[in-house]
Amino acid sequence: MQTERVEVVANEGVGPYRLLRLRRSRLQPGTPGQFFMLEAPGRVLPRPFSLSLAPTRELGFLVEAIGPGTRAIARLEAGEEIRVTGPLGNGFDLSVRRPLLVGGGIGVAPFPYLSERLNGPPALLGFRTAHHAEAAALVPNAEVVLDPTLVTDALPDDPGDVLACGPAPMLDALEGLVPGAQLAREAPMACGYGACYGCVVERDGWYVRLCVEGPVVRAGDGAV
Amino acid sequence: MGVPLLNASGCLDPLTAPEVARSLDVVVTKTITPLPRRGNPPVRIAEVEHGMLNSIGLQGPGIDVFVDDHLPRLAALGVDLWVSVGGFSAEDFARCCERLDGDERVSAIELNLSCPNVEEAPETAAELVAAARAATTKTLYAKLSPAQWDIAASATAAVAAGADGLSLVNALRGLALDERTLQPRLALAVGGYTGPGLRPVALACVYACAAAVDVPIVGMGGVVSGRDALELVAAGASAVALGTVLFADPLAPGRIRAELGAEAAARGFADIANPSSPLVVRTGKNLQTDENDTA
Repeated sequence: MQTERVEVVANEGVGPYRLLRLRRSRLQPGTPGQFFMLEAPGRVLPRPFSLSLAPTRELGFLVEAIGPGTRAIARLEAGEEIRVTGPLGNGFDLSVRRPLLVGGGIGVAPFPYLSERLNGPPALLGFRTAHHAEAAALVPNAEVVLDPTLVTDALPDDPGDVLACGPAPMLDALEGLVPGAQLAREAPMACGYGACYGCVVERDGWYVRLCVEGPVVRAGDGAV
Repeated sequence: MGVPLLNASGCLDPLTAPEVARSLDVVVTKTITPLPRRGNPPVRIAEVEHGMLNSIGLQGPGIDVFVDDHLPRLAALGVDLWVSVGGFSAEDFARCCERLDGDERVSAIELNLSCPNVEEAPETAAELVAAARAATTKTLYAKLSPAQWDIAASATAAVAAGADGLSLVNALRGLALDERTLQPRLALAVGGYTGPGLRPVALACVYACAAAVDVPIVGMGGVVSGRDALELVAAGASAVALGTVLFADPLAPGRIRAELGAEAAARGFADIANPSSPLVVRTGKNLQTDENDTA
């Protein structure tokens, strides 16, 4: 496990989101779908983010300010330093033949990096508004649908190898529609490295830690 | 070694973070119960002002799987290991202690007498200690709740019942409500409150118990810096455990150890780093001298 204090290089607007670019330091970008814990200045706990972009010498994270922690992170300015720990957890399995990226809202976050690693596969992205959909510009070959159309409405009959990230109802729907789909799930998380047992999801009647067993899980493997 | 640093039970899995475990002087396991426990439903954690709530509910494999499967892997890490045990009756505590008795891989047992997230045993803390004492000759630390009017009385009773040391303190019960809906943020509503907000509470408990009993005290509650650790030592702790801070900073043990040495030296307690006098700044009783007794 690597943990470093790293400098903020830039904080840029992408629609309603912030793209936080951090100096990479000695941290490795890891596999798409893995996540990092970012210090939230003034808060007790860090917050988990999957890596969005991995340009040379930088790590990029897409941030939606939804609470006190994410607001503190979204307000970071170039030159400030925060503690970053990662990469953590299990990312997407990249040995796929016909990948289709399916995302909803801030679930687009891991896709720019994932798309790069998979050489620009097709993507299907759903957003609440056109303003939110500006984030789709970060993902090549993306088809965008807006509320009230759902990504599951626009899913092809034979979707191939689905790699998905988005709100729980979207992932739950995909779980039923696409057995074997890779789903990047999320849960409130204190540590990100297996210590707190806070981020559990149910699997086969037991609770397992999403930070250790996930965050990418297979549809139909018993996890809900 | 100076002041030994431990993790607070339930705040580290040595098997998923062995490097963090090895940066501590003693590793304490998550509480083990006689039978496997699924734990509480999620949502289990919520950050609040000055701390966090947790409602894990003693999820664990049970003592048999722990001893047969986990303990060999924990022992392979080469760390000094304490096992935290819990339960819902004196018999539960006795069963776990009996199973660990004589096991050389375990250097002490911490009795979790005060989990805020599960039902309490009908017996008093002292009765639970007595049952554990009868089941093992191992060193026993009694972990007490800060949510009691006279913790020194509980400490005295626990020591009289056979506790060799005290772990002070466990979490306080807390409730957090969603900003918009005003519904509880945790699935079971109430959880254990830990983090910096707990610090003065822990300090008062250590101070009260150090004056009442003459056994080693592991102080814990909201430590995030060497200064915080030093204050627990000054109030009477001989070792310090790190909890919530480990979630935010896996490098906390090394940092806090260095800060503790520097903070002690800055106050003229340079010997804190001397292994032969680890308790040199243990001034819990000194705080009551005429010179300082102004509060």
